[in-house]
Amino acid sequence: MTERRLSDRGLGDRGLGDRGVGGRGVGGRRLLRAAPFDVLAKLRQLNWAYVLLLCALAGVGYAALYSVGGGSPHPYAATQATRFAIGLVLMLVVALTDIRFIARLAWPAYGVALALLAAVERFGHVGKGAQRWISIAGIDMQPSELMKVALVLALASWFHRASWERVGNPLFLLVPALAVAAPVGLILKEPNLGTAVITAAIGGAVFLAAGVRLWMFALALAPIPLVARIAYGHLHSYQKARILTFLHPERDPLGAGYNIIQSKIALGSGGMWGQGFLHGTQAHLDFLPEKQTDFIFTLIAEEFGFVGALAVIGLLALIIAGGMLIALRCRNQFGRLLALGLSVNFFMYVFVNLAMVMGAIPVGGVPLPLVSYGGSAVLTVMLGFGLLLSVDLHRDVEFPAADLT
Amino acid sequence: MRREARRTGVFTRRALFVLGGQAGLLGLLGARLYQVQITEGARYATLARQNSVSVRMLAPPRGRILDRFGTLLAGNKQNWRALLIAEQTRDIDATLDRFSALVPLDPRERARIRRDVSRQRRFIPVLVRDFLTWDQMAQIEVNAPSLPGIVVDVGETRTYPLGPMLAHVVGYVAPPTPADVEEDPTLALPGMRIGRTGVERYRESALRGTAGAVQLEVNAYGRVIRELARQEGVPGEDVELSIDATLQQLAMERLSAERSASAVVLDCRSGEVMAMASTPSFDPSLFDTGVSAAQWRAWTTDPGAPLIDKATVGLYAPGSTFKMAVALAALRAGAITPQQTFFCPGYFELGKTRFYCWKRGGHGTIDLHGAIQQSCDVFFYNTALHAGIGRIAAMGHSLGLGTTLDIDLPAQATGLIPTRQWRRAHGHPWTLGFTVIAGIGQGFVEVTPLQLATYAGRLASGRAIQPRLARRIGGRALSPGAGSGTAAEDWPLLDVAEPLLDAVRRGMFAVVNTPQGTARASALPAALGVHMAGKTGSAQVMDVSRAQRKLGFHTSGLPWRFRPNALFVAYAPFDAPRYAIAVVVEHGNEGADAAAPIARDLMAAALTRDPANRTLPPGAVAAAGPGAAT
Repeated sequence: MTERRLSDRGLGDRGLGDRGVGGRGVGGRRLLRAAPFDVLAKLRQLNWAYVLLLCALAGVGYAALYSVGGGSPHPYAATQATRFAIGLVLMLVVALTDIRFIARLAWPAYGVALALLAAVERFGHVGKGAQRWISIAGIDMQPSELMKVALVLALASWFHRASWERVGNPLFLLVPALAVAAPVGLILKEPNLGTAVITAAIGGAVFLAAGVRLWMFALALAPIPLVARIAYGHLHSYQKARILTFLHPERDPLGAGYNIIQSKIALGSGGMWGQGFLHGTQAHLDFLPEKQTDFIFTLIAEEFGFVGALAVIGLLALIIAGGMLIALRCRNQFGRLLALGLSVNFFMYVFVNLAMVMGAIPVGGVPLPLVSYGGSAVLTVMLGFGLLLSVDLHRDVEFPAADLT
Repeated sequence: MRREARRTGVFTRRALFVLGGQAGLLGLLGARLYQVQITEGARYATLARQNSVSVRMLAPPRGRILDRFGTLLAGNKQNWRALLIAEQTRDIDATLDRFSALVPLDPRERARIRRDVSRQRRFIPVLVRDFLTWDQMAQIEVNAPSLPGIVVDVGETRTYPLGPMLAHVVGYVAPPTPADVEEDPTLALPGMRIGRTGVERYRESALRGTAGAVQLEVNAYGRVIRELARQEGVPGEDVELSIDATLQQLAMERLSAERSASAVVLDCRSGEVMAMASTPSFDPSLFDTGVSAAQWRAWTTDPGAPLIDKATVGLYAPGSTFKMAVALAALRAGAITPQQTFFCPGYFELGKTRFYCWKRGGHGTIDLHGAIQQSCDVFFYNTALHAGIGRIAAMGHSLGLGTTLDIDLPAQATGLIPTRQWRRAHGHPWTLGFTVIAGIGQGFVEVTPLQLATYAGRLASGRAIQPRLARRIGGRALSPGAGSGTAAEDWPLLDVAEPLLDAVRRGMFAVVNTPQGTARASALPAALGVHMAGKTGSAQVMDVSRAQRKLGFHTSGLPWRFRPNALFVAYAPFDAPRYAIAVVVEHGNEGADAAAPIARDLMAAALTRDPANRTLPPGAVAAAGPGAAT
């Protein structure tokens, strides 16, 4: 039955969908026990165009890391390719998982992520001036990255069962508001202002899409200037330095402003057509800091010029728009919200990283997903894309709110 | 279902709103990228090149200084150095231990090396030891495998093969000061030296050369990645002097018998300096490596002032050598004639003041010729009063005395011939007594030995020659005169009629070549077949009272520093003057005894060697064969 529904997608799917959920919550279990045919059918139905976009982005990352390595797959590009391969498998497994099963796992996942985030405060080790990393089974990871995905899952699950009227009720919003506030507070305590703001923004986007009334947003956003002023007083000195450096990078060209100035110099050195692959002088002569991680886009822009950099931005835009399109095409609220939240998450990564390397916002230690070197980020991002593809694959599944209780 | 549709509609609207926001923000990023990469791209691209391209300059070899026959006076010596590159050895101490076995290093040196290593990046070489001998070099090279991190290279140091012999003329070099470096960054290069005195300083711009440059691509830590471009430097130009090293050596040898003396030999047609000696002297190469405090103290406390070039900055009262200027001043003004006579009773009275002649009994009635020949003071007391101090000063200046000469050296003393204006400018009235003693080159008159030689040369040639040292720079001949050509005739004629000059010259001839002449003992050897004309001088450095004279005072009994200075000026051959000479022996008493014999020997050597008429030193063709220096 499920197989036929999937193959007949696009015609009279409403009815088929209705029949599809006839099993009342057992569909997920069925899928888990599904025969290999089901898996093959799902694989055929998978949004391969989207997978191809992701592979293209990883290819860009491979080329850039190959260049960072001085024209060699070592030490970065090869490792990163292996990680991407692992991530790809993870993504496909998640993509084939039934959306209802995922929905049921939303709150438990949120709980685990929050626990990890709390643990990082106690046991995490210092990296780049803040406690952000934790080692689990030998893998360094940033719980805050996992938290963003778990938060989107939890919020999508919460609002899935909410009607338009219920969303208008402020009391109904108390739980999701707390679900956002708890991780944001913990991340702020790490302290990682950038990720906290991004996490809050993702939460806000899901709230908005879920139909929370606009006047509530106005009410929530109004006191921000005041809060920001008070918060600035409580910022760590390195965070203040970042903001001051951003406002006046020439203030301290060899110190805090060095990264921004060198990044701009490298971008300018690229010009319209670039210095050529493997010929970016600034990056290869080590003037450009963190070129394999945060500033990898600068290296691309220096070697391939404005044209190449714009092409990469175009590719990123396609991936973001593709995610939003998946959200718009989805027929169930959980999938819609999940896809939108994940797309916003990816967009925030991209925007913060690019704006940072162009000197448009304060430097924040945010990598460019799938392009920057780093293991934990690849897995988290691929987990997100797995969920996104699962939403796409199960976009016609309708499951009532009761399924989640 | 309606409620579900409403929820979906709100989601779609708001999702599209979010999508629009994302598109807008990405668009802004694209615009920002365009601004940074394209609009401001040129500025950032320039910064990028400054970032990664480092221009390093290459020290140009300093030009040599040669004498007129190509003898090396100042050159460059290779300085073998051992350097340590810390990153090439795992154990610096072990390397230094093995190095010490070949070339002993004392603990202080090792401490310095360790300090230098810790201050530099590990790929920058640190000096271990310089001025290695050839044997030490060879040992280090042979043992190179057991000396990881040690490299040898060759730098340059300035060398002066003739050492103290020409130290004052050639000068010396020393490491540049920060102020020098600000003027020319080339000087910041290791091993660069700057001329401090003499020709080394005066011809600094020609000798220094132009630094070459390599453009290197460097990374953020300063490590060189590759060479982008290389522009070879222009070596400094060789400076060829008119000095004849052999004649100079003779002058130094003859003068060094005295405690403090100087001599100048000029070509009196061209003004070229053949020899210019000042003793005692010093070793100029010591300045390159640094002068010890003890050495410096020894130099500065020596009463002979070895660091001072007495030939150009030593100021002496000319004494009787000044008399030709006095005579010509009076002759040209018509105040006396060449046949003029005065009576010399042994003294001259001006009011109540009595001025003595050196000859206690006096010369009786004496004419100009005899007064020069026998150096009668009373004749010139009278002559000076007849001429007046203004005319004496003017004539002295036109003959090269008490005036700035056109010598190509960084330092020279101007000296002084006093005038009424000068005295008044110092707030004192002029009295005729000053004019009287100026008549015998005493009082305020002060000149340098170089001026005296120029004076002799001008008297001989009748032209306003100027002394010059450099003949050629970088192979290009320098014009000897102020005029356009290169011939001796380019020097302007003196404003004195030839018969008047001849009257004075005949007196100078008689000084050396007649039995009554004061320098009769210093005539040139008959074998040369030519005659020298000259004039002795003996200038007091302290006042001698009438009472002392009555007691039979003689200056040779005085302590050295109170004895008169002995002077002699001369030129030869008399009938076709070629060389002019001046010798000053400090506290040598009589010019005839101390200075004239030296002048005679130098003149004889000059005439024999005749450097002014040669392009090769005597015997060079036979000795050096073809290809010898020209």
